[in-house]
Order: sequence, then structure tokens, then C-alpha cells
Amino acid sequence: MSSEAEVADINQDIDLSQVDSIVEPYLGKKEMLIPVMQKVQEHFGYLPRPAMEHVARRMRIPLSRLYGVTTFYAQFKMKPRGRYIIRVCKGTACHISGSPKIAERIEEILGIPGGETTDDLKFTLEEVACIGACALAPVIMINDNPHGRLTPDKMKEILDSYE
Amino acid sequence: MSAINLTIDGREIEVAPGTTILQAARQLGIDIPTFCYDPELAPNGACRICVVEVEKARALVASCVAPVGPGMVVHTESDRVVSARKSVLSLLLANHPLDCITCEKTGECKLQDYCYRYDVASSEYVGAIKDLSYDDTNAFFVRDMNKCILCGICVGKCQDVVGAGAIDFVKRGFVTNVGPGFEDPIEDSSCVFCGMCIDNCPVGALIPKYVTGKGRPWQTESVPAVCPYCSLGCNINLHIKDNEVIGVSPVEESPVNRGHLCVQGKFGWDFVHSGDRITAPLVKSDGVFVEVSWEEALDYIVDSIKDVQSRFGPDALMGLGSPKASNEDNYLFQKLIRSLGTNNVDSYTCHCHASSVDGMVEAFGNAAATNSIAEVAETGAVLVIGANPEESHPILDYRVREAAQKGAELVVAVPDMVKLVDVSDHYLPLKQGTELALVNGLANVIIAEDLLDKAFVEKRTEGFDQFKKTVDKYTPEHVAEITGLTAEEIRAAARAYASAEKAAIVSDAAVNKQTGGADFVKALANLALLTGNVGRESTGVYLPYGENNLQGSADMGVHPNNVTCYQHLKDEKVREKFSRAWGVRISENYGLSAAEAFEAGKNSGIKAMYIMGENPVACGGDKAQIADYMKNLDFLVVQDIFMTETASLADVVLPAAAFAEKLGTYTNSERRVQLNQPALEPPGEVFPDWAVLVELAEWFGFEWDFAGPEEVFAELASLTPDYAGISYQRLSEGGLQWPCPADDHPGTKFLYQDSFSRGLGLFSAVEYDPEAEAESDGHSAACCTSGGHSCRCLSETITRRSVISAFKNSCCV
Ligand code: SF4
Ligand code: SF4
Ligand code: SF4
Ligand code: FES
Ligand code: FES
Repeated sequence: MSSEAEVADINQDIDLSQVDSIVEPYLGKKEMLIPVMQKVQEHFGYLPRPAMEHVARRMRIPLSRLYGVTTFYAQFKMKPRGRYIIRVCKGTACHISGSPKIAERIEEILGIPGGETTDDLKFTLEEVACIGACALAPVIMINDNPHGRLTPDKMKEILDSYE
Repeated sequence: MSAINLTIDGREIEVAPGTTILQAARQLGIDIPTFCYDPELAPNGACRICVVEVEKARALVASCVAPVGPGMVVHTESDRVVSARKSVLSLLLANHPLDCITCEKTGECKLQDYCYRYDVASSEYVGAIKDLSYDDTNAFFVRDMNKCILCGICVGKCQDVVGAGAIDFVKRGFVTNVGPGFEDPIEDSSCVFCGMCIDNCPVGALIPKYVTGKGRPWQTESVPAVCPYCSLGCNINLHIKDNEVIGVSPVEESPVNRGHLCVQGKFGWDFVHSGDRITAPLVKSDGVFVEVSWEEALDYIVDSIKDVQSRFGPDALMGLGSPKASNEDNYLFQKLIRSLGTNNVDSYTCHCHASSVDGMVEAFGNAAATNSIAEVAETGAVLVIGANPEESHPILDYRVREAAQKGAELVVAVPDMVKLVDVSDHYLPLKQGTELALVNGLANVIIAEDLLDKAFVEKRTEGFDQFKKTVDKYTPEHVAEITGLTAEEIRAAARAYASAEKAAIVSDAAVNKQTGGADFVKALANLALLTGNVGRESTGVYLPYGENNLQGSADMGVHPNNVTCYQHLKDEKVREKFSRAWGVRISENYGLSAAEAFEAGKNSGIKAMYIMGENPVACGGDKAQIADYMKNLDFLVVQDIFMTETASLADVVLPAAAFAEKLGTYTNSERRVQLNQPALEPPGEVFPDWAVLVELAEWFGFEWDFAGPEEVFAELASLTPDYAGISYQRLSEGGLQWPCPADDHPGTKFLYQDSFSRGLGLFSAVEYDPEAEAESDGHSAACCTSGGHSCRCLSETITRRSVISAFKNSCCV
């Protein structure tokens, strides 16, 4: 199944009545768009397209404007998060021992910038502050598994080990 | 507030406070470069190319946003300024694909021009070339976001002026671009293909497809013309190269469209070059058309008409003029038919227009638009009802939006959620067909809450008591039941319309039976009379027509009972005047209207018909019946640019010139007479209608002496008091709105300042008829809102041969 189809499938389950109850108090208040979108994201974990279209319709805001606003702010996610959340530590110890190179290598392997999710919805790449494992620097977490003492050339193997 | 004096580049100027430095400089004719500034959009100060140096100010200022100050000393091309501008250009070039050799914008690109002006040949920065979307999925234009400089003008036009809201800035940082939501192809967005983003893009990011490879701007000639579609009559420039239209741009200074267009004006002209054009006279022999010489065709027509008239009398002939042909064509047409001894001359275009004409004539004494299109933008409240201007008359829609933006209360009373609702203050989603009840309900509230203009009602109107008795029944509660609205919504809307200092009503001439036809129009007029919202600037009732010269063809006397500008034939003086001027005896018999002639089951006595640019077989109610009618005629001649459904039934078909091929005038829905220049040589054996009519008249033995349309116009103006002050010479400076009775008269922006054409304005007691609502014919209030309909039928004959037939979202094309 192609990734787009997968997203579409996920989108089909969007319960628009939930969106309605979020939007209802803000009808006619176009200036409240950002708080509305924050609530929608809180509810779904990201901004599903059908929910966005519904908000645009109900609030009488062009879809282009809504999309423009939500893609401007980094806090909004247009895709659900992946099955595996990769958190690259950006704490001082990790930074000094080369976490930027690690992040770069992961970006390269997955073809996404930090903060994004792969099209197959497998990985989401994020950053965290020190996770308290400085002795193992540089460190990343994949879901709950820490991986330490990393070098860029180890990354491919590690990522491949996740199905 | 006193004026501000400042000095720019050593020259002194006095301007009003709040003027920007850029505006002040422009008044002095100083050219400060701009990318992101557009006079009708809120300035965003984004591009910084317009910086200037203000003495004593620390930093350079963006002149498009910085207001002038007293005693300011400004330098627009100082070394500092030039170096800053070079940096701006250099930054833009850093990731701009330098495709100038093949780029369609070469010669009109601001980036190119300014780089030339400041001698910036390449970037001092190294930047990645963008790899953004190149969207050419639609039939109209290409969007190449790699060339976009993010000035934001297209976004402003699309969101604020057009209201389509198709595009906005998306994403951040290096990949920022402008586009539809979810970066969908523009074709799947809410884009209406008005082309206004294209017309205003300073660079080559938005390119119309028609122009690709066709010619450089300096190789084309620009010829002013009038849009051939709707009755707003937008002013366009046709870009001509080698006898071919290769593009269209809106006229910036036009009082009608002010640089705006819709999809029809921007893209709809290509039918002119359609391979389907008829290019020689055709005569049917044994059921097939064969090309013949003009002499042969004219001979045949003259003999056949003479034959019919000698056997059945002069009234066996009928002529149908065209709401798409010019004033001159229509004037000569009715002159020829009347010279042949009959008043059977009419136009067939849309019966729905007839009810609106009747309604307006009854209330005010004249059907013509009360006010000008531009005035809508300045009004204090707008009631949109029984219309969807967004599709039928986009420029009017833009003006309504502008009014709303400037703070006017906007009431939109339409069954379906149209885009205008986005910017409305009161949205009344009433049940289809209950419009008249709502209007009466509004009048009820206005009277009950004492919001009426008593002085106006007293001095300028009659029939109030009877009217009041009728609307007394239409309490908000009662009307709420009929319309499906709430009483409170109705009250609020009534207050909004009645409390504004100036208020306008926007509807559509194509009102249909379901809405209440003429009665609905009378109800709208009642509302205007009740609140004194007529006879003043930015008030009135707007009922624009569908076809571009419907007003003009009616003005020209293409009507069974009147000659030019409604001079009625029952008046002996009128008959006398025209008989003397034309050297023929004008018949005293009233003519037949088109509706009477085609009435099913009646023998109209018509044996021969001359149809110029109309298509009743495709546009009529009962198509089969009208086709039979045509087939039963002894003789039918049709003059048209295409082989229409009607033309195919004719004995003779004469080719006609398209709008771009002939000189002539057209009168728009605000009574503005406008001159259209010929831009092209007609194809093959084609001649303009006026020339054909002059020739034909000669073959009939009349002595007409016209060297060209200008002389035709001079004759009609001399016989028509409302047009008397209009001449080609004056029109070459710009359109004039009739009444324009004298050479030094400026034309009339709005009607009825002192009195109505019928003296007092007439209130009509009109009732909502639930039967009519039930009798739904599938057409909503304005027939245009529900698709292909006869009021746009002639336009449809041409859009079928145009790229705009690819625009699936609109019903009108
Ligand atoms: S063509 Fe008109 S509607 Fe479409 S994007 Fe451009 S401005 Fe917007
Ligand atoms: S596409 Fe053209 S008008 Fe729109 S932002 Fe880019 S440069 Fe400006
Ligand atoms: S609004 Fe009417 S006149 Fe103007 S461009 Fe569109 S069709 Fe032509
Ligand atoms: S800095 Fe990375 S774990 Fe502490
Ligand atoms: S034109 Fe002034 S900042 Fe763009």
C-alpha cells in the first residue's frame, strides 16, 4: 500500500463531529484560528486533512489560508507521527561528541528534515534536550530504546533493525 | 489637517498627511522601483526594493509604507539607496533561475528591468536554485514557483480582491512559496481562473499558456476593446501579433473594471480564431450549404424577402437583432427591418430579462441601471439577493467585497453558500423561491421600526398606503415560516439595510418565474423607495444583464414598439421624426415581439425571418417547437460567426465579424457607451455586420450613405436625445454614460437625482406566491446560478469554442 493511500485511510476515520465541537465556540472569530488548530492537533495528534477542510468550511476561511498558517508554525504537524519516534539528543555532551552529524546522517537516510515524518509513517525525527545518558554520548532514543556511542556509519544498521 | 511639505530629490511637493513617500514621489513623476507594492492592497513592506534615504533618519526606509513628514528631505537614488537596492536584487538573483532568454516575461519583468537599471548581472551570493513545484495541470496558466520572489501580490489579489482564496503563502524558510492548500494543483483549488494573479505578478512565475512562444511584448500591438461576454463591459487590451490575438490584459484606468477581469475576459477570446468560423456566405441547396459569392447571397435574400412580402404583406417579415452585436449593427438592423415596412423587430435573448425590465419600468419608468458599478464599493450596506454575482458578474462581486472591506454591512440572502458569504455580516440562507416574501418582510420591519425615509416617501413616491397594507401581513414571524429563517435574522438584516446612510441592492436581471419575476423586481424597487436609497450616489438597484450589449441592443430600438432609447412608436412625433430622417414611412402597426411570434399553437403570420447573431433554437424554452417554427418559414436568413443550431436551419447564412474584427460601440449595464477598436482583419470573406447591412440596404434600393460605423453612430445620436452628446471623438477618450444630451454634458453616473422617468417612484403591492415556489423549474433565483440557461446562451455558443469551456467550476462558461 502506498504511503499516500495509508494516510488517506487514516484520514477516513476522522470523526468530524469532534472537529465540530472544537470549532463551535469560535465560529465567526477568524482571529482565533491558531488556538482552534492547536485544539484540533491536541485531539488528533496532528492535523488531518479532512479536519482542516472542515475547519476551513465551518470558519469560512479559505483552505489555502488555513494551510498557509499551519505550515508556517513549526508546532503544527500535517502528518500523524511515525510508529517509531527517533529523538536525537541535543544536550551539550552529545552535541560535543557529534550528535549534529548523527542527525544529519539520519536525515539523509530517511530523506526528511528534523521534525518530520517519513511518508510511510514509520519514523518521526525529533530532537530532545539531555536525556541523562551523557556517558553514552552521542545518544538517540528510538521509542523507548536508547542507542549510545554512535557514529554516523552505524546509523543505517540501527534504523534497518526496526521493522 | 494641514498639508505636508517635503522635498524629494531636490523638488518640493505638498501632499495630504498619510501619503506615503512612494505616492508623493509618483506624483512628482519620480520612479521608485517596487515589487510588493500594489495600490489596492495593504502594503506589506516585504521586498525592500523601494528603500529611500531620508535625511536625519538612521536607516533607509521602505517608501511604500513610510508616511511623509513635514520638512522631510528624501533622496531616491543616493549611493546608499542604490547599493541597498543592488543587495536586494543580488539576494533575489542568488536563487533565481536565470532563464531570461526563454522566459515569457522578458521585457515586462520587474526583476529583469531593475537588474538592468542597477547593473546587477549576477549574484554576489551563492544560493541554491529552488526546486519547487511547476504546476501546469490546468488549461490556462503555468505556475513556476522557482521564479517567485514572494512579493505576495497574487495572494492579495486572490484573497482580498477576487475572494477566491485559492492561494496563500505556504511553508517557511527556503521552501516558502505561494500556492493552494496542501499544495494541490491549482486546478483542484478554489481558483476561478480570473488571471489577476498573472496580470500582477512582477516576474515570470505565472504565465498564461496561450502566449507561450507567440511573441515578445515589444512585438505586439495593444488594441483597446470591450469584453464580449457579460454586460459589465470590462475594458481590455488585446495583444495582437500577425493578425492574431496572443493575449489579453485588463485596462488599469478603466472606470468599469479598474484592472480587474474574470475568466471570460481574460481567457475567453480565443473563439475568434476558432476553426469553426463561417468564412463565406452559404446558401442551402438540396439540404446542404454551398459557399456562394456575396452578390449571389444578397440577390437571393432580396428576392426572397420581396417575394414573401409581396405575397403576404410587409408584416410577414420579422427581424431578430443581437445583444452581442454592436450598437451600430443593431441600429442599422432595426432601421433596415423598419424600412422594409414592418415593426416586427425584437431580440430573443432571455425572457427572464423581460420581467426585470417590466418591473423596473413600472417602479421608476426606465429599465436602465440606476447606478454605476463602481459606486457599489462606496456604499454603506449591500443586500445581495436572487443573484450569484461571483459567477454571473464577477466584477460586481469584487466591488461588493470591496464595500464589505471598507466597512459596509453585507447581507447575503441566497439559498446556497456562495463565497461572498465569507465576508458577509448577515447570511440569510433562505428557501429557494421565497425571495419575494423576504423582501416584503424586510419592508415590514423597516416600517414597523420606523426606519423609513419619510421625507423621500412623501415627496418622491406614490402608492405607499396600498403597499403598506400588503407588507403589513409580512411580519418577521410569518416570513420566517415561509423562508426558513429566524425572525431575528430578518429584523437584523432589515436594520442593516435601512440604517446605512447609503445602501444598494444587488440582484440579477435574469430573475425567473420562481423568484416572482417582475413582482420580485418591484419588491426590490419598493425597498429602495422606502428607504430613499435611489437617486443618490452609491445607492440603487443593480440588475445587470447577461449578454454584453443587451442594454445597447435595447437602446438601439431592437424592439417592436419603440425606436432608439425607448422613443415610443405610438407617439406620432417620433414616427414623423424617424420617417423624415430615414426617408421611408414607418409603419403605424405595432410589431410582434419575439415571444408572441414564437408562441406555440398561434399563427403569427411570419413567413420570413432575418436573424442577426441570435440562436433561438438553442436558447429557447421549447427547442423542438422553435426548430419546427424555423423549418416552417418560407425563408430564413441567419448572420452569425458560427454555424449555430438556428443557422443550420437557414436558407442563407451570412458570415459575421467577431468583436475583435470591427469598430463599434457597446453599451454596458451601467449605460456606459464604449468604443471597441478593430484589432484583426476578419478571416476569409467576412465583413462586419454594419457593412453587410449597408450593402443589403443598397440592394433593396435604399439610399444609405455610411462610410463607416462612426457615421452610423452620428446618425443615431442625432435621433436619440439620450445619446445626443456622445460621439466617437468623445468616446476615444473613454466611455460615456447616457443620458448625455449635449456635447459638453459629462454623462450621467446615476439616475433619478431629481425625479423618476415616470415622475414619482411607484410602490407596488406585490405578494409572495407559494405556487411559484412549488413550481420549481430547477433554476435558482438568478438562472445563472444553476447552469446553462438562455440568458447566457449566446455567450455559451462562443465559450464552447474557447479554452474556458475547460473551467469546470463555473456554470456560466
Ligand atoms: S487565477 Fe484568480 S482565482 Fe486563480 S489563483 Fe489567480 S487570482 Fe486566484
Ligand atoms: S507568484 Fe508572482 S505575484 Fe505571486 S508572490 Fe510570486 S512573484 Fe509575487
Ligand atoms: S465581468 Fe463580464 S465584462 Fe468583465 S471580464 Fe467578466 S465577462 Fe467580461
Ligand atoms: S547530552 Fe545527550 S544524553 Fe546528555
Ligand atoms: S515595494 Fe516597498 S517593500 Fe516592496
